[in-house]
Amino acid sequence: MAVEMRLPAVHKHVSLKTGQSSREDKHLVVPGDVITSDTGFMRGHGTYMDEDRLTASVAGQVERVNKLICVKPLKTRYNGEVGDVVVGRITEVQQKRWKVETNSRLDSVLLLSAVNLPGGELRRRSTQDELAMRDYLQEGDLISAEVQSIFSDGALSLHTRSLKYGKLGQGVLVYVSPSLVKRQKTHFHNLPCGASLILGNNGYVWLSPTPALQEEQAGGFYTSMEPVSLSDREVVSRLRNCLLALANQKVLLFDTSVLYCYEASLQHQIKDILKPEIMEEIVLETRQRLMEHEG
Amino acid sequence: MAAVKVCEAEKVYIMHGVRDDLRLDGRGCEDYRHMEIETDVVSNTDGSAKISLGHTDVLVGIKAEIGKPRPMVPDEGYLEFFVDCSANATPEFEGRGGEELGVELSNTLYKVFNNRHSLDLRSLCICPGENCWVLYVDVLLLQCDGNLFDAISIAIKAALFNTRIPKVHISEDEEGGKEIELSDDPFDCMRLNVENVPCIVTLCKIGHRHVVDATLQEKACSVASLLIAVTHTGMVTCVRKMGGGSLDPESIFEMTEAGKRVGKSLHAPLMDLLQKEESLGKKRQKVGFLG
Repeated sequence: MAVEMRLPAVHKHVSLKTGQSSREDKHLVVPGDVITSDTGFMRGHGTYMDEDRLTASVAGQVERVNKLICVKPLKTRYNGEVGDVVVGRITEVQQKRWKVETNSRLDSVLLLSAVNLPGGELRRRSTQDELAMRDYLQEGDLISAEVQSIFSDGALSLHTRSLKYGKLGQGVLVYVSPSLVKRQKTHFHNLPCGASLILGNNGYVWLSPTPALQEEQAGGFYTSMEPVSLSDREVVSRLRNCLLALANQKVLLFDTSVLYCYEASLQHQIKDILKPEIMEEIVLETRQRLMEHEG
Repeated sequence: MAAVKVCEAEKVYIMHGVRDDLRLDGRGCEDYRHMEIETDVVSNTDGSAKISLGHTDVLVGIKAEIGKPRPMVPDEGYLEFFVDCSANATPEFEGRGGEELGVELSNTLYKVFNNRHSLDLRSLCICPGENCWVLYVDVLLLQCDGNLFDAISIAIKAALFNTRIPKVHISEDEEGGKEIELSDDPFDCMRLNVENVPCIVTLCKIGHRHVVDATLQEKACSVASLLIAVTHTGMVTCVRKMGGGSLDPESIFEMTEAGKRVGKSLHAPLMDLLQKEESLGKKRQKVGFLG
């Protein structure tokens, strides 16, 4: 047993030398900052007019498209885009649709017609299927899905019509800020350390032991309840703590950063990773390696 | 209670993890998350403390006021508890949502702390039968991430350690009327002896084993938990079973033993930390809420 008590540490800012110059390139604002007093610009999201001066209403980065000025907030709920990979939790089973919690402002919708039925059958959805909806996905279940379209009110419509999407089995869900997930070609990774990672664009990250038989698992509604081996468990727990450490220090999450952080953490015990000083040390090492990697 | 949703497969994963003595965050079954404790955070209280345990954040403030002792025990002061569940912690606490939990928490705290075994209530007496100090202990939940009881009890112990009650002088005039005079000097004050103040250990039964310091996800997998208040000598002052599930007498025995062991070991580091903090004195950089 272990009890670790300490005085709270005074937060100090760690930044790399080269990091500073790139911060100056970015136009960062806090609410109330005047972005421009030039009247020739148009008011976009995250801004308002305060006596002919364009002012930020959220903390974030200023983005300009021709005459339109927006502020992209750093801390936000998830704003979906078509084609995004998301991880979500079923909150409700309705007629012909499931409601899915995806960290966006409104619950997303997964239509019965937008899922692959077990066995990969392609046929019309009958009333029989409608009655059996809760057998496929019930309240509380986790799914991975793709954003199919966005409704006019901003709610997302999801689909799981690919074998890589579907119900998630045993593993751990980690919540991070959606702005920390880097957009990439693929968000599904089988890491060489023996775990699978789904980096949902909505800031929900799914970690699970890589299944031995890929085909059997993917896309289906069957989930294995067999105990996971201790070594796999250790990898998943370590990755979970690494993800939280990276998110705590505001490092963009993608396969390389996660893997570097994992490797940097190997010299520490899993439960120690979340201690502030060790977190800082590991993430600093990760940052340095990432910069070397970039050139 | 702020409930989280956990699906069947996640539950199985957590339960098997507990069986293997490796929890989601890499801890063993009897490990606490790391705690940060700071005292003297609210200037207009007589004693205060803030604790963060994982993402659980609790603020405790203690105010001493002069009141009338309870008729049954004329020579003792007493403690009053109030737990405020702030809607900041979780939206469920909005309006009257947190009331039920608040009352449950404060009733338990009253049972655990307000007795002469945990705190020398006689030292709170000013004039037997007429005046005594009443300590109003206000607990504010700022964030909930499981294991509220343990965090609150540690914060209360720290706040009691930090409490300074002004000394009083009783003067009698010719007609026999008594007058209470408070000392003007802020350093002329009384400290409480917190040696015997217990800490609460909550053990959650998950599968066939039990864990301490359960997170909300782990709590969702457990049907019954046992709350044990333990002093620094390992004396159990209060036991309470919570949750709808049932517990085997054998496992209750096991859990009490584990609770005693864990609870005993909580006190030494806490007292070390409090002494260390006090020895830093004015040099200590205050972190407070924005640090």
